[in-house]
Amino acid sequence: MITETLLTWTSRFISGVSVRWVESQPDTCQRVYFANHTSHLDVVLVWSALPTEVRRLTRPIAAKDYWNRGAIRRHLAGVFNAMLIDRTEIKVHQSPVDMMLREIGNTHSLIIFPEGGRTHGEEIGDFKSGLYYLSKKRPELELVPVFINNMNRILPRGEFLPVPLLSSITFGPPIWLEAGEPKIEFLTRAREAVLSLKDN
Amino acid sequence: MIKDWALLGTVLALLTAATFVGQWLKRQTSLGLEARAVNSFNSRVQAWWFFSIVLGAAFFFPRLTVVLFGLLAFWALREFITLTPTRMGDHRALFWVFFFFTPMQFVLVAYENYPFYSILIPVYAFLFLAARVAISGDYTRFLERVAKIQFGLLVCVYCLSFAPALLFLKCKNMLDDDASANARLLLFFVTIVLFSELLQFICSRLFGKHLIAEPIDTQRTWEGFLGGAGATTVAGIVLYWATPFPHWWQAGAMSLLIAVMASAGALTMAAIKRDRGEVTSGTLIEGHGGVLSRIDALCFAAPVFYHVTGYFFGLSS
Repeated sequence: MITETLLTWTSRFISGVSVRWVESQPDTCQRVYFANHTSHLDVVLVWSALPTEVRRLTRPIAAKDYWNRGAIRRHLAGVFNAMLIDRTEIKVHQSPVDMMLREIGNTHSLIIFPEGGRTHGEEIGDFKSGLYYLSKKRPELELVPVFINNMNRILPRGEFLPVPLLSSITFGPPIWLEAGEPKIEFLTRAREAVLSLKDN
Repeated sequence: MIKDWALLGTVLALLTAATFVGQWLKRQTSLGLEARAVNSFNSRVQAWWFFSIVLGAAFFFPRLTVVLFGLLAFWALREFITLTPTRMGDHRALFWVFFFFTPMQFVLVAYENYPFYSILIPVYAFLFLAARVAISGDYTRFLERVAKIQFGLLVCVYCLSFAPALLFLKCKNMLDDDASANARLLLFFVTIVLFSELLQFICSRLFGKHLIAEPIDTQRTWEGFLGGAGATTVAGIVLYWATPFPHWWQAGAMSLLIAVMASAGALTMAAIKRDRGEVTSGTLIEGHGGVLSRIDALCFAAPVFYHVTGYFFGLSS
């Protein structure tokens, strides 16, 4: 509880974040928040940008190889209830999507970064197919696009010291997988949903 | 002591009056005023309230006031750098800017180390930043990037730090038993800056015909500038009893100086924001342009006021 407050306030101070909901409202219904990924702080930021009662039900997906290294990172991952996914060993019978769906059950929401890794600059990389398989198995989940602005300048890739500039997080209107929508089309549409929040 | 309360009372009265005018303007839809202009007036008044409360603390805890100005500078600088495009290669240099030079400047001001804080940024930070960015090995638009960081640091941190530095400026006319003479000097300075901003705004609305720089600021006129500066001079003369200046005309002249510098600062910052405006149309910086546009006038007026006061009325001269 103390770590949570401390973590939330530290990340908010460093990132000077302003949170906006565009044509969308915070809700405790089951959702998948998908965001562009530019910095290590993204996971904490999106999670702490949610209202407390929503946050309690939301589990960010984080990379096991990063967050499982060292006691501090492990503890932090535990604080924000992260679901650690092994990026290096993906087995057929133990696919991450199945694991995510099993873990969230019928109550929890997810935060995912469909680009896979962090991207370098302003542009958003192509989305990995996880989001597609996720909504194919659970088509009723609301997919909420999230755009994180300016975080790549606050803590860029390969730097460990943050620079306290200002950033913003924009939550957009939810989208769903249409019946029979092809994978590529859906992923492009999802990526554009994130991109369109840039100018809002 | 009586002077303290009199000055605080005067500021309070001016503020209340300004607040009422602002609320009245809000309701006068028939005057054809733009809502944006009225909002800008009201947010200036709000900033003035904020400053007055902060400066009230200066009478009791001068060091606390230095810290508060430090936080203000920190916030203004992060807005400035957010507006400025920097590259990955500037990251380490920026870290030094935020976590070393900015706090260091205000620590030195709080400990009254004038010989050091007057050159920390213009000499050491100036040279260090250029070298640090060079070490990163990215030469794309090198001079432009370095200059932007240096300008931000100079204006937001160095210039602003001379406002709380007024708390430690010894003047010939200050009596030894008058402990709050410096707090009054600072309050006088900030009041005149903010008052001149409001007066120029009002005069521009009333008599404005010739715009100073239309592409940059569609509100600021020569008539507003002259009228505002004139009225500010009168205000300075009226407040002469609160200042350490020996003659009434000196208080007036110093106020005129403040008014000129204040509008120069506001115009300069407007040019910077205009240049970057399209890119960051309000998504990152909240609330009427943020802290930066509230302190632009202060930043330009503070170092000039400090040094002119020190030169003509300081103890060492």
